[in-house]
Amino acid sequence: MLRYAARSALLAFLVCLTVLVASFALTRVSGNLAINIAGPEATPQTIARIQHQLGLDRPLPVQFFDWADRAAHGDLGESFLFHEKVSHLIATHFPVTFTLGMLGIAIAVAVAIPLGILAALNEGSGIDVAVGFVALAGQAVPSFWLGLLLIIWFGVDLHWLPIAGAATWKGYILPAFVLSFVAIPVMLRMTRGGMVDAMRADYVRTARAKGLSRGSIVLKHAFRNAAMPVVAVSAVQLGFILGGSVVVEVVFNVRGVGYLAWESIGKGDFPVVQAVVLLFAIIFVVLTLLSDLIGAALDPRLRGG
Amino acid sequence: MRARRLPLYLGALIVGAAALIALFGPLLAPHDPFVQNLGHRFIPPMWMKGGSAAHILGTDQLGRDYLSRLILGARISMLIGLSTIILSGTIGTALGVLGGYFGGPVDAAVMFIVSCRLAIPVILVALTVVSLVGSSLTVVVLTIGLLLWERFAVVSRAATRQVCALDYIAAAWAAGCSRSRIILREVLPNIVHHLIVIATVDMAIAILLEAALSFLGLGVPPPLPSWGLMIAEGKDYMFFKPWVIEIPGIALLILVLGINLLGDGLRDALGAQTER
Repeated sequence: MLRYAARSALLAFLVCLTVLVASFALTRVSGNLAINIAGPEATPQTIARIQHQLGLDRPLPVQFFDWADRAAHGDLGESFLFHEKVSHLIATHFPVTFTLGMLGIAIAVAVAIPLGILAALNEGSGIDVAVGFVALAGQAVPSFWLGLLLIIWFGVDLHWLPIAGAATWKGYILPAFVLSFVAIPVMLRMTRGGMVDAMRADYVRTARAKGLSRGSIVLKHAFRNAAMPVVAVSAVQLGFILGGSVVVEVVFNVRGVGYLAWESIGKGDFPVVQAVVLLFAIIFVVLTLLSDLIGAALDPRLRGG
Repeated sequence: MRARRLPLYLGALIVGAAALIALFGPLLAPHDPFVQNLGHRFIPPMWMKGGSAAHILGTDQLGRDYLSRLILGARISMLIGLSTIILSGTIGTALGVLGGYFGGPVDAAVMFIVSCRLAIPVILVALTVVSLVGSSLTVVVLTIGLLLWERFAVVSRAATRQVCALDYIAAAWAAGCSRSRIILREVLPNIVHHLIVIATVDMAIAILLEAALSFLGLGVPPPLPSWGLMIAEGKDYMFFKPWVIEIPGIALLILVLGINLLGDGLRDALGAQTER
């Protein structure tokens, strides 16, 4: 187990390093940043001055190692536009995104697991078909469109919830609900599939033969086994939810890191964009690592290979 | 048995209809989708009060016929979906088959590249690339295609490993076939049914991603009627005229649902055991 954990952690670290290089290259290779910042009407002198100020006239490898060295010490540079430390900007915006993500995954679990069990216990029935359709529709609905519809229904027609921003807890409800749609279809299918297999397994037949109640069989025996992969995958799904937060935060005007990144992209503020890409990548890698380790701890067969 | 094939038929029907509309729709469109008529702004769909049969789905904020724009939008969505999976399918399948066939260090390298790709936040990176390079249909297709290949890679790798354990690969090798011949003539044809299912999954994701990018203003540039862009343009008026965002959204939902149904149906029909 220790060897497996060490190997996985090393790989995760290498992935982070690669993304570090990639996110740096992304903003340097695809155009002259100084022109982007100075605007289309800037004189060559202005552009040269901006380039010099930001250190963009140094050779690329020098720029990269300088940036990576600072990033490793927690200094992500200064925003071109806000004139604030990027690390500070992220620290102030991240709690909002994190709260949204956690709420989103909590809603996804609360919806997907009961529905998945329900479908599995009624395999092949109308309920099963209906739940399957929920999963399909959840996969097909564009998140930004669902967000807008919810704003119209709950914000304007019913006046129940705010239509933008997250000043109070009520502002988190709709965006978290929309984000949960990222994870619901996958978790629903996994729960259903796991439960269908578990209910056919020998240990469930034994439990039935022992005369245990149906509730005890479903919850204590079948679900415990079916839930393991779902728990492991929920960590990865949280990563996808955070990645999808850009769109949802823009729709609901919620000022998290996703919104910050979108704003920064529009204004050519690339130190911020680089930092957010890196942040999301590291979070995803850590969550995947956790998910792998949880899986391997629960099931030794996963440690090989 | 009939009922089990229902998703396949329904999906094929929707996707087939969308393909026909994408191919021939613009010939049948009642109006020019780009002609503005500021005197006829926001005419509601014909079934609503104030609607007219001249504009079945009404007109937008610039008085352009909504049905004609929706029809051209179908062509954009299908074009983006298909071009993207051709690109991402080529990259992903090449990587996956190489990893699965050669194993060892090649496989480790492929899996490492896949891990790196998974760690990259797709929407964020796509937005950044499009904002730096400039938005156009080609840029959107290239960006999405270069980002969405990991499912092809993972599935084709697993399928290739399965196929390579079978006797006919050993037989081909013993018969003196070259590696490239084995990969192209023996492996690929036997994993293609997995790839078709993944193609539908990725096509649906690509269409939704394009819509999201266009919605955020960094996808297909106006005045092209991408459905995502139509929703973005209608957003400022949605409180008073919700149908402006409802119509393109429903079109998007039906198309993506159809593609997913087709994929599910094909998976059952072809017996492909693939994760989604």
